[in-house]
Amino acid sequence: MAEIILEGVTKRFPDGALAVKDVDLEIADGEFVILVGPSGCGKSTTLNMIAGLEDITEGTLRIGDRVVNDLAPKERDVAMVFQSYALYPHMNVGENMGFPLRLAKVDKATIDAKVAEAARILDLTEHLDRKPANLSGGQRQRVAMGRAIVRDPKAFLMDEPLSNLDAKLRVQMRTQISRLQRRLGTTTVYVTHDQTEAMTLGDRVVVMRQGLVQQIGTPAELYDSPRNIFVAGFIGSPAMNFLNATLEAGALRSPVGDLPLDDRTRRELERQNAPRQVILGLRPEAFEDAALAHDRDRTGPVFTTTVEVLESLGSDVYVYFTAEGGPATSAELEELATDSGMRDTGADASHIVARLDAATRAREGEPVRLQVDMAKAHVFDPGTGANLTHPLRAA
Amino acid sequence: MAAVGKTHAARWTVVNVVVVLYALFPVWWIAALSFKDPSTLTDGDYIPRDWTWQNYRGIFATSEFTRALINSIGIALIATVIAVVLGTMAAYAVARLRFPGKRVLIGMSLLIAMFPPISLVSPLFNIERIIGIFDTWVGLIIPYMTFSLPLAIYTLSAFFREIPWDLEKAAKVDGATPAQAFRMVIVPLAAPGVFTTAILVFIFCWNDFLFAISLTSTESARTVPAAIAFFTGSSQFQQPTGSIAAAAVVITIPIIIFVLFFQRRIVAGLTSGAVKG
Amino acid sequence: MSMQAEPAGAPVPPEAEQTRQDTAALSVGARQERRLGWLLCAPAVVVMLAVTAYPIGYAVYLSLQRYDLRFPGQAKFVGLSNYGAVLTSPFWWDAFWVTLFITAVSVAIELVLGMCLALVMHRTIFTRGVVRTSVLIPYGIVTVVAAFSWQYAWTPDLGYLAGLLPAGDAPLTEQWPALWLIVLAEVWKTTPFMALLLLAGLALVPEETLRAAMVDGATPWQRFTRIMLPLMKPAILVALLFRTLDAFRIFDNIYILTAGAQGTGSVSILGYDNLFTSLNLGIGSAISVLIFICVGIIAFAFVKLFGAAAPGAEVKR
Repeated sequence: MAEIILEGVTKRFPDGALAVKDVDLEIADGEFVILVGPSGCGKSTTLNMIAGLEDITEGTLRIGDRVVNDLAPKERDVAMVFQSYALYPHMNVGENMGFPLRLAKVDKATIDAKVAEAARILDLTEHLDRKPANLSGGQRQRVAMGRAIVRDPKAFLMDEPLSNLDAKLRVQMRTQISRLQRRLGTTTVYVTHDQTEAMTLGDRVVVMRQGLVQQIGTPAELYDSPRNIFVAGFIGSPAMNFLNATLEAGALRSPVGDLPLDDRTRRELERQNAPRQVILGLRPEAFEDAALAHDRDRTGPVFTTTVEVLESLGSDVYVYFTAEGGPATSAELEELATDSGMRDTGADASHIVARLDAATRAREGEPVRLQVDMAKAHVFDPGTGANLTHPLRAA
Repeated sequence: MAAVGKTHAARWTVVNVVVVLYALFPVWWIAALSFKDPSTLTDGDYIPRDWTWQNYRGIFATSEFTRALINSIGIALIATVIAVVLGTMAAYAVARLRFPGKRVLIGMSLLIAMFPPISLVSPLFNIERIIGIFDTWVGLIIPYMTFSLPLAIYTLSAFFREIPWDLEKAAKVDGATPAQAFRMVIVPLAAPGVFTTAILVFIFCWNDFLFAISLTSTESARTVPAAIAFFTGSSQFQQPTGSIAAAAVVITIPIIIFVLFFQRRIVAGLTSGAVKG
Repeated sequence: MSMQAEPAGAPVPPEAEQTRQDTAALSVGARQERRLGWLLCAPAVVVMLAVTAYPIGYAVYLSLQRYDLRFPGQAKFVGLSNYGAVLTSPFWWDAFWVTLFITAVSVAIELVLGMCLALVMHRTIFTRGVVRTSVLIPYGIVTVVAAFSWQYAWTPDLGYLAGLLPAGDAPLTEQWPALWLIVLAEVWKTTPFMALLLLAGLALVPEETLRAAMVDGATPWQRFTRIMLPLMKPAILVALLFRTLDAFRIFDNIYILTAGAQGTGSVSILGYDNLFTSLNLGIGSAISVLIFICVGIIAFAFVKLFGAAAPGAEVKR
């Protein structure tokens, strides 16, 4: 077990393409860190560099107290779980799990004991003699995990280990991985494109985009105070709503009405020379049915709109409506839309979703009065994508 | 429902029987001929009236056939081994490595796969006479392995491409040296493909006739297909039909064995090499 | 896998150009990879060049000589006159049309029969293994053996098939019957190969697409012509290309069945006779080169006219 430290790690491919740029990351001993981002953001390349499967162009990588830049994967003592599981098809489950130990010339009795122990933990004992081809997806995934844990390595590296499982199994395995990691206390770096996985699994999450680290933080930090519009849009489901707004006389003129700003926010925006045109970010839960909000003694600006679609989840109600003024646009939002497949479904960014309490009386096709919680509002610079209200919340 | 299923099954049975008869009848016919003695040879029966080994004893008594059989086996085996080794190297490079010139290699082997062998017969005939390998094993092994190389490269690269890259990576992370990863993970997975390719290449070499009659002049390197075309009767008045039939059956045996035991592999090899490319 | 034809005349693949530009930026690993790639391919390339490119060049050289092995001392450069002699000779044109006839007819029959066979192998509900195994026999069997079997079948007083004909009929001794029998032997031997290639193409047609067509009201024939055939087009073209080139080179079957007598000789038979019966290397080589050119034209026509992509033309998946 060991910490993993990346200093200015950069990867440039032979064709000149920059895959990963200047990543600084300190992973503490025993920590569970997630690398997340849309495809092509450099997260897998980063993981491969840690594993030693990909050369590091610039920067240093330390595992434990050793610089391992030039060490072969074999000398780094890390275990990896692949998206495809990469089980050796010609070996049975036991042989697959024992393979790293066999390579390390561990004696047969110890191998058998460790494999048996790992199989017990992962509930694979009765499958030890079967070939991977005869296993279900979930069992294969567990064998891949088993192959990693038998070695007791310095770190686990996991490359989208759950994305080949169906949704239900994925949730189960997610919990199991999390429990396993806590129990073993092994430093873990986990790559995923799924923000839900990132939020539920990680001690800390690293959001990447186009080879650059966007933000590093705990799931709560990323959710509550995203540093820029990309992180804001990427983290959270349903995603944050983005609206065009204008800063005017200490208030935000927005499609959901004129929203007053408190003094702190106003000062912060002034300090940062906020442009007149901004993008307002409101998570679905920043809205509440005004009728209910009043009961709960909350205050805030109120506007009226018409409910287009209403989805009841039992505990919450999602209300969809359209805002005037068209969708907010920026390069980051474009990329997010492409990545989430919004383009393909023909969904329109000008649709806004609000998460209301289940007690709401809102009905499809009828008007509803919604209140905005300004404490949860984010203001972004459309040019740079920076969250202008970030310093307030990050504190 | 059951009735429909039954007529359905009956129809398929008929179709399948027709296909099997189509494929096997000429083989059965020549096998039947080989077991007939000269007196019943011309009776046109599908099943010999008196079974006899006479024809087989006859051909195995002459060096003309035994020598040709040894030549056929030796030449086909050696050409197969060389073609598979060279093909494995090239196919690994094609399937796994990035290097300029890959397309040239693929294009070139494609050209050779389409090459008319007769176009090579005249120059090879002359070249081999000049450098002294005409009518030798080497003289046949060289064109055989060349013409089977494209087949080997295509089939093998298709097989290699099916071995997931991740396995090699996984082995490295699991602590294997590149040599160990190759030996313990890649070789066991590639072996079936290599074996299948070897069968296809062997069949290809075993089958050749044009080079065999063009680049040999005596028993010393003549293979069976060429030899039986030159069979003469044991006397001037006797047709060599029985001997030819017996020899034909003998050289068909290995093919039957391959097909019976490795049917699935041969189909996979043929189609992957040619269609998936 | 892509069966798409490359756009006409794209001489330099873009990736090749890129690698050239970035030579300086290549990492050690990439450079090693390159060297290993070349090293591994080198033996195959050397062998293929030495045994085909060099001899074909030599054949061109020989074809420009008057070179008769019976009079080896009189070899002399005669320019294109060997080609003139061949191209004005009725022997060449007879052989050429015979070859073309055999090629066109047998490939056409094989395509239809092969498609039926492929459908049988694809759809049959039982004994699939038996069917596939028996179909592989014609593919694997030595052509000469099969040819002898057919020859004996059609030989009067010997064969079962000749017995079906009126007494005294010897089909292999007459031009047209013999040509049809050659086609038959060729079709029998190579249809299974065609069928296997088509079977692989059939496997690429998604079952769900066919079900969707069924639900949309397509008859079995419509499903075959509107769904399966278009989806199988790449596989069909590859199979046709391979078989056409192969049929054009026909030699073994004719050599055994008729030895090219009664105007049944193909161009390959003609070339062989000139080399080994007449021992005329000059004329023989000219024929060899002409056959090579014909094959080239056929391949070119397939690729350009039908957009058949050679297997392996696109290796990246």
